[in-house]
Amino acid sequence: MEAKTIIKTEDLTKIYNGQVAVDHLSFELMEGEVFGFLGPNGAGKTTTLLMLLGLTEPSSGQARVLDVDPSRDPITVKTQIGYLQENMGFYNELNAWQMLDFVADLNAIPAEEARVRSEEALKTVGLYDEANKRIGAYSRGMRQRLGIAELLIKEPKIVFMDEPTLGLDPDATNRMMDLIERLCKERNMTVLLSSHMLHLVQRICHRVGIMIKGRLVACGPLEQLAKEKLGVGTEAYTLEQIYMKYFQEA
Amino acid sequence: MNGVRAIIRKELADHFSSYRFIILFALIAMVSLITVYMVGLNIRNELEGVAKPKFIFLMLFTSSGALFSLVQFVAFFGPLIGLILGFDAINRERNDGTLSKLLSQPIYRDVVINGKFLAGVITITVMLVSIVMLVTGLGLSIVGVIPGMEEFWRIFVYLIISIIYVSFWLGVSILFSIIFRSIATSALAALAVWIFFSFFISLGASVVANAFLSESGESTPEAVVKRAKIVRGVSLASPMQLYTSATATIIDPTRKTTRSIVAMGPMEQMSMSRFSGPLSLSQSVFIVMPYIVTLIAVTLICFGISYLVFMRQEIRSL
Repeated sequence: MEAKTIIKTEDLTKIYNGQVAVDHLSFELMEGEVFGFLGPNGAGKTTTLLMLLGLTEPSSGQARVLDVDPSRDPITVKTQIGYLQENMGFYNELNAWQMLDFVADLNAIPAEEARVRSEEALKTVGLYDEANKRIGAYSRGMRQRLGIAELLIKEPKIVFMDEPTLGLDPDATNRMMDLIERLCKERNMTVLLSSHMLHLVQRICHRVGIMIKGRLVACGPLEQLAKEKLGVGTEAYTLEQIYMKYFQEA
Repeated sequence: MNGVRAIIRKELADHFSSYRFIILFALIAMVSLITVYMVGLNIRNELEGVAKPKFIFLMLFTSSGALFSLVQFVAFFGPLIGLILGFDAINRERNDGTLSKLLSQPIYRDVVINGKFLAGVITITVMLVSIVMLVTGLGLSIVGVIPGMEEFWRIFVYLIISIIYVSFWLGVSILFSIIFRSIATSALAALAVWIFFSFFISLGASVVANAFLSESGESTPEAVVKRAKIVRGVSLASPMQLYTSATATIIDPTRKTTRSIVAMGPMEQMSMSRFSGPLSLSQSVFIVMPYIVTLIAVTLICFGISYLVFMRQEIRSL
């Protein structure tokens, strides 16, 4: 079965106050893959995600998400994409049920349907027993999992995750990664994962892209990048080695 | 428009369950009830053994109890309702990181601000209507006079104007919450504007009048009228002045003009004394129409500016 292209960008460029944040970015994302989006802080990863969501207008170039131009029709795109943002906020005075109800309401999901989906999502992320607690009393890991539950009730085709494991303890990080991997397999979701935890990215991502100073300096399956950068025949490589190599060259 | 409904539902739930709303409502209800109670007692004493005059019920709103009448109270402190409901509308969401979450849901960006404004207007409406009902109920039981149809309609028009007035201040505070990142700054800025327009504009008005009229000590009728005109012109820049001018004529049928000083020739004076009966409601509304329209216009302009500023902000900086 030939994989479909689900996201495609051509020379996508964003300039903020004279500074180039994203520089002629062209890449493709296939349906059902987990794509690791790497790069140092401020490399333009989040800006790229915002442009793909239609939340920011590109300065030039264009993007197609599910055959729609996000800056023309952001609503269609945002219905299909779940966005787990970095340092996401919650309404601390609500509990998990109320939060999910609100998200469902914004997505125009009927109330009975929303209940069913919320229950399922809360069970999937393991928050069902604590769903009646105020979000303000949640730990960092629980908040992050609630963020995933919010994505799930939308039943998105594509998921953008910006640092989903930031500030989590090692155990929670592992469980988060298992969850992402499982969701991707079971629901055939396409995942665009931006993270600095390179060993985790290496574990679950099919392909990676490395972005430095707004430019995509590398993009492809790990083995291929390893061959190009570390020389043929290197059997034991880590993503970290590849990443550092690119980083030093840039 | 599904998104707007979702936001309104959420905002209303927030408003009605927040301490700030409960405290504000309790405070305003208490002051209004005390004021009307005292006014009611006065009216009852004065009405003892006298035939019932017309429009006695409206006097509950216009005559002062301890320090002020109910109408004055709303004119001065009504803005606080609007300011308190809106001063952190957008920047709290921005600081908590919930704004970009909202915007990444399938809704248009203006839905957020429309929903917040409408939810505020609904809250204001509920607040003012319930206070007027409380006051009416108390007044009924103290004075023992049932309001006529015309009085009822006058109170109704008064309520509408009050809702627009308080909504204007809601618009101002939402605008500040969009412009300023910090909640404290937006709250203080909104308070400063309120204090300026409510208390200091009359000072400014007389300063301007003095500047224009060199011989300020002059007391010819022309000079007095000219002075009054300038003072009035300047103070009309204040929404509070617009509001008091508009409601005074609505709630008091015997007032025939919105001006405080009127120059009259002998013939006019004679006709005034002959036809001193109350105005009909439609005539009262007719007199204050310019004020109502201006009040609506400034409210819409204020909301329009918020709308533009919010739509143009980059998400990255949200």
